[in-house]
Amino acid sequence: MTTAIAIGMDGLIYASWLFLVAAGLTVIYGVMRILNMAHGSFYAIGASAGAALVTWYFANVDGNAYWSFLLLPAAAVVAGVILGLAVEQGLLRFLYRQNEILMVIVTYALLLILEDLTKLVFGVDPYFAYQPYGLLGRCEIAGLIFSNYDLMLVAVSATIASGAWFILNRTVTGKLLRAVVHDREIAMAMGVNVSAMFAATFVVGATLGALAGALTAPAISVSPGIGVEVIILAFAVVVVGGLGSIEGAIVGSLMVGLSRAAAVHLAPEIELFVIYGVMALVLAVRPQGLFGRAAARKI
Amino acid sequence: MSAKTTIDKTQVALLIATAAFAAAGVIAPYWLCFLTMLALAKALVVQGVVIQMRLGLVSFGQGLFFGIGGYAVGIASNFWGISDAFVLLALALAAAVAVAAVLGLLMARYRDIFFAMLSLALSMILFGVLVKSQGLGSTDGFNVPAQSYLGWVPAPGQQKLVAYVLTIAVVGTVALLLCRYLGSGAGQIAEAVRENEIRVEYLGLSPRWLIYASYVMAAGVAALGGALTAFATGHVDPEMAYWATSGEFVFIALLGGTAHVAAPFLASILFSVVRTYAFEYTPHTWQLILGLVLLAIIVFLPKGLWSLVQREGKVRA
Amino acid sequence: MNTILETRALCRTFGAVIAANSLDVRIEQSEVVGVIGSNGAGKTTFINMVTGYLSPSSGEILFEGRSILGHAPRRITRMGMARSFQVAQLFPELTVLDNLVCALIGAEGAHPSFLKPARSPARIAACDAILAEFGVEHLRDDPVRAVPQGARKLIDIAMAMVGRPRMLLLDEPTSGVSVEEKFALMDTVMAAVRRHGVTVLFVEHDMEIVERYVSRILAFYSGKIIADGPPAAVMADERVRELVIGHHTRPAGSRRRSAQP
Repeated sequence: MTTAIAIGMDGLIYASWLFLVAAGLTVIYGVMRILNMAHGSFYAIGASAGAALVTWYFANVDGNAYWSFLLLPAAAVVAGVILGLAVEQGLLRFLYRQNEILMVIVTYALLLILEDLTKLVFGVDPYFAYQPYGLLGRCEIAGLIFSNYDLMLVAVSATIASGAWFILNRTVTGKLLRAVVHDREIAMAMGVNVSAMFAATFVVGATLGALAGALTAPAISVSPGIGVEVIILAFAVVVVGGLGSIEGAIVGSLMVGLSRAAAVHLAPEIELFVIYGVMALVLAVRPQGLFGRAAARKI
Repeated sequence: MSAKTTIDKTQVALLIATAAFAAAGVIAPYWLCFLTMLALAKALVVQGVVIQMRLGLVSFGQGLFFGIGGYAVGIASNFWGISDAFVLLALALAAAVAVAAVLGLLMARYRDIFFAMLSLALSMILFGVLVKSQGLGSTDGFNVPAQSYLGWVPAPGQQKLVAYVLTIAVVGTVALLLCRYLGSGAGQIAEAVRENEIRVEYLGLSPRWLIYASYVMAAGVAALGGALTAFATGHVDPEMAYWATSGEFVFIALLGGTAHVAAPFLASILFSVVRTYAFEYTPHTWQLILGLVLLAIIVFLPKGLWSLVQREGKVRA
Repeated sequence: MNTILETRALCRTFGAVIAANSLDVRIEQSEVVGVIGSNGAGKTTFINMVTGYLSPSSGEILFEGRSILGHAPRRITRMGMARSFQVAQLFPELTVLDNLVCALIGAEGAHPSFLKPARSPARIAACDAILAEFGVEHLRDDPVRAVPQGARKLIDIAMAMVGRPRMLLLDEPTSGVSVEEKFALMDTVMAAVRRHGVTVLFVEHDMEIVERYVSRILAFYSGKIIADGPPAAVMADERVRELVIGHHTRPAGSRRRSAQP
């Protein structure tokens, strides 16, 4: 029973982290049909910026320690907006007519560039911004100890998920976005400002990636190279759910998160394969993912 | 058909180049031979990427088979005591082909970004396994002892030269076979698959079968590249299967383009030269440079550097 | 007469839309059958099912007496039933000759050689002959993307004919072709078809084309066949006039070209 609860809780915590990382990727793909390989870099930059700011704050400012909870997302939003705008306006908008696979290569080039830029800006030494993590303390659930920071991430993740769902399904902006997804040209002809939509979407997606990194920063040692694993994980999650679908990302994170937690507790040696195992299994049965729609070519 | 008509100019040129490279090994300094070996071995993996690119598929995980080739050599020579270079090459090839024959069943169902990302994920699984395997040296990998050749063990001073000649011979043979493939019926249909799968199906052919065959072929050449790299450096480590290694293969493939069998070789040699100098002068901005050059290629030379060599509008394999 | 293609109670639904509602069709050898019907009547769906691209919801399809239900398009093509497409399905970056070479490779066997050259002298000669037969030999070395619409449709059909099919399905052979070109195109195609004794079924919006070339008409309306018989009889049929051709008969030549994508 304890194991079951542990699996459930750990799975939930891991799933909310996965959703945080995957959300930006799926939003950008859903609207723009760009699989952003540089998403992992946004995550890494958000983590570095957040960690650097928090480290600086604790070293140099003698203020209330709880301010660090605002500094993390603030650093992420600033980094995400600047980067997102720069990348979208400076590069991607010139390439929207290209096919999906070429865009993968373009964003791969971006990944290479951003990896080195991150090192140049933040250095190669790891950051440890552990203070916010310890600040919240721990709690006991059914005899098991959990970090309150991790539980807070679950809440943040749930908020972002419901917020995204609400915007897409219950607001005018969401309707316009879905119109753009459905048919770019028609939406444009109907007077929807598609280029503004694209720019906004990319900035939001990039910021989500940076936010995921910043919020994760206190729990890990932030060092170069953390971005690439993230893009593969995020892709696995998003593929399980169906590329471009928020509901899919939620279900995908839960499936992958719970499976991994189960593996960690029951069969640690297969942990590495579980994530990809879930992905391979889903893809074998439903190549378009659980929430994706299969597109047959019209002839 | 007579043999005479099937030998074309490109094949003759490849034979001459192979002989010239082998002969150069005797006079060239060893560091140059060493760099050439690495560049050519890498080019074999790139050939695999190119084979798939001609079908419209981009593999971001060719490091998987590069790594399998390298580790097959490492494991066989360290743990099974096999030192014969030809047996080791055959083992590397067999291991990669066996793995690809299974994974190909899954991969051949996917296109575009799915193919790209799944190939990346698969290579990162191998990387993860290798890093976690203490018995295989974890992140450090392990050393590969010197090879013998059909029972002949070259004198210590000759080892390197022999390894060089072997590399040239293997690369030359593969290049000739690939040249035949590019101009063959299957090679032609591969391009047709890239252009229009539905039509290929309605010509009575199976696009998926061709993709599967190409996947296995690409795995085979990548493993040979991995094995030759292990011979040259005397060392294997998980880095071979790392995403950045696979990314370099894609980079070189795009740099050379898919129009000619020689393009990946030239691109790989050029890449190695630039890399050697870049590492010396700006070690922390290597990836930055790669990324910028990649963007420049996509924007200005979408068909790769070979399009500069080639006469306008004439695309031949 | 021998029946070459037969469908029994063929049905296909897309959600709530019934694209094929219990179609019973028999095509005899050497017939030239025209299929008419308004957009969405189920004509292309019929071709897609018969050639294996779409699987029927229910029903049976027999080609030369053998069931081909569930066969992949490539298998059905190999059995001797080929098709052309509403929008020519070619290999745009390859030359016209190479497009034909690909078709010939496909016709020669399911597993092309990895070592023997694609452009063997024998293949090139065979392809040149086909190009000449379809009157597009002057475009031989042009990449398909640079070739005009009408010629593309011809190449599309030529590629289907390379495999020497016994039955050919043409999906709107003259759509996207200019009014001046379309009779010449059909003359070329029909001459080739007759020379090789191929049974033909073609979907067409243009009644002049249909009347001129076919020996029998199938009229589709909303997934059903509402008339089947010699052209004169079908064209005179009250329901066909009402549901397919339209009440008013437009003067010849002024009919708008099909706008179906």
